[in-house]
Amino acid sequence: MERSDAIITLSHVNAGYPGAVILRDVSFDIMRGEIFILLGGSGCGKSTILKHMIGLNPVLSGRLAIDGLEWGPKTRAQLTRRIGVMYQSGALFGSMTCLENVMLPLEEFSKLKRRERVERGMGLLKSVELGDAADKMPSEISGGMRKRVAIARAMALDPEVVFLDEPSAGLDPVTSYALDELILRLRAERGMTFVVVTHELPSIFKIADRAAMFDKARGGMVALGSPKALKAGSDDPFVRSFFNRGEVHG
Amino acid sequence: MGPLERLGRFSAAKFGEFGVRMAFIGETLCETLATVFHPRRFRLGDCALAFERASFDGLPVTVGVGFLLGVILAFQCAAALEMFAVEVYVADMLAIALFRELGPIITAIILAGRTGSAFAAEIGTMKVNEELDALTTMGLPPVRFLVLPRVMAAILAMPILTVLAELAGLVGGAIVLSAMRVPTEVYWAHVEKISTAGMISFGLAKSMFFGLLVGLIGCSAGLRTKSTADGVGSAATAAVVGSIVAIASWDGIIAVVLYVWGMMGI
Ligand SMILES: Nc1ncnc2c1ncn2[C@@H]1O[C@H](COP(=O)(O)OP(=O)(O)O)[C@@H](O)[C@H]1O
Ligand SMILES: [Mg+2]
Repeated sequence: MERSDAIITLSHVNAGYPGAVILRDVSFDIMRGEIFILLGGSGCGKSTILKHMIGLNPVLSGRLAIDGLEWGPKTRAQLTRRIGVMYQSGALFGSMTCLENVMLPLEEFSKLKRRERVERGMGLLKSVELGDAADKMPSEISGGMRKRVAIARAMALDPEVVFLDEPSAGLDPVTSYALDELILRLRAERGMTFVVVTHELPSIFKIADRAAMFDKARGGMVALGSPKALKAGSDDPFVRSFFNRGEVHG
Repeated sequence: MGPLERLGRFSAAKFGEFGVRMAFIGETLCETLATVFHPRRFRLGDCALAFERASFDGLPVTVGVGFLLGVILAFQCAAALEMFAVEVYVADMLAIALFRELGPIITAIILAGRTGSAFAAEIGTMKVNEELDALTTMGLPPVRFLVLPRVMAAILAMPILTVLAELAGLVGGAIVLSAMRVPTEVYWAHVEKISTAGMISFGLAKSMFFGLLVGLIGCSAGLRTKSTADGVGSAATAAVVGSIVAIASWDGIIAVVLYVWGMMGI
């Protein structure tokens, strides 16, 4: 990748919850336009670190900044508008149709008229190939479709950074492949930065520019770099075993 | 763990909980003020839906319980008053009891069981599904988005339900008394004479306050839901128990304050 500037910076971050440090002294940068993967065994703190990045929980110590701004009461409104998040469970609002879910951010934060909002919402749903599910309720569509609707909703306000928590977990390989294609296409079309939590080795090699790997036992980051470099050159047995066999113990 | 340490931990936990509740009340107040200045931000659709569920769907049970309460009270009192051949005063007693105390209280307890628990379960499920996080990171505070419409719906539903429960109770009394050969016209004349506008509106104001309590306690229990297997169930239970305790306590406080102020007359 050519020279580009960092959009998210973590320096010496202790991640966790009040009274429980999960990951210690984590430092890395995420570059503008990059697809960056957070990797590690289940329960190692990937979602925890994601929640720090999206401003749900404050970091325990250290500095975490998005484009130079740390999360705080003064920057919250501004930063919130610049990110989009897809949660592990999709987190669609069950009382709204798919289209209404996608239109909700537009309704609250754009000055678009209703007709324009519907148009925009339909456009977003079509971009995740779900134009025909617009009037369905989230309970009436499959898990993979729900995640795609959630991605469409995360993209609604054209954020600079999109966070995806385990987009392919629980999906069949075909759907998961389509989701990877979607992420690559969206990045190519809109130049957004993606931060993705995933375990899927094929998907990592397909989409990732770089990955950070965490280990629960050691309570910190154990590797950082492009998947190819990690596979070829890591001297850490934990990392090597994951990239060569696709298994994470922990 | 020594007893002193246990006491320390217990009070620290309770203080923490108290802080969380105060923060919730504070945030709700702020969002209410913000909504007063930006009325368009109020989620009217959600409020209408919650109102419909709280009021219309709760009507049969509220009216039914009100009616039975009237019948039971009328029977009990008539038995006592019969000795003096003044059964007709059952009407006065029923009107005062229902309008001042029983109407608002019974309705509020039913609202706590039906609507308060539903608020807690709905919001709790959303929390477990990360929908609350999604709202927050979309810049939509859950309190404005979920709590305000529901609390408003509970406040608005209460007086309607209360009036209907009270009327049903009076009808129940009328039926019992007519079986005891008290003419219905005489019964209603007594009711009309004893009921003052002040008494009825005091009861209704109190019922709206109870609606506020049920709404706030239900929503706050939902927001505090833990992501465990029984998290949503416990939240619903906490909502009902908390509401009933709050209703009873505040009713007592109001009665004492009015007594001290010498305003028992209304
Ligand atoms: N609200 C919380 N309070 C305290 N600990 C938590 C909380 N949520 C998760 N944890 C703990 O943090 C650790 C990491 O969780 P998480 O980040 O969700 O893992 P994952 O990498 O699978 O996304 C787990 O051990 C979990 O028990
Ligand atoms: Mg996770």
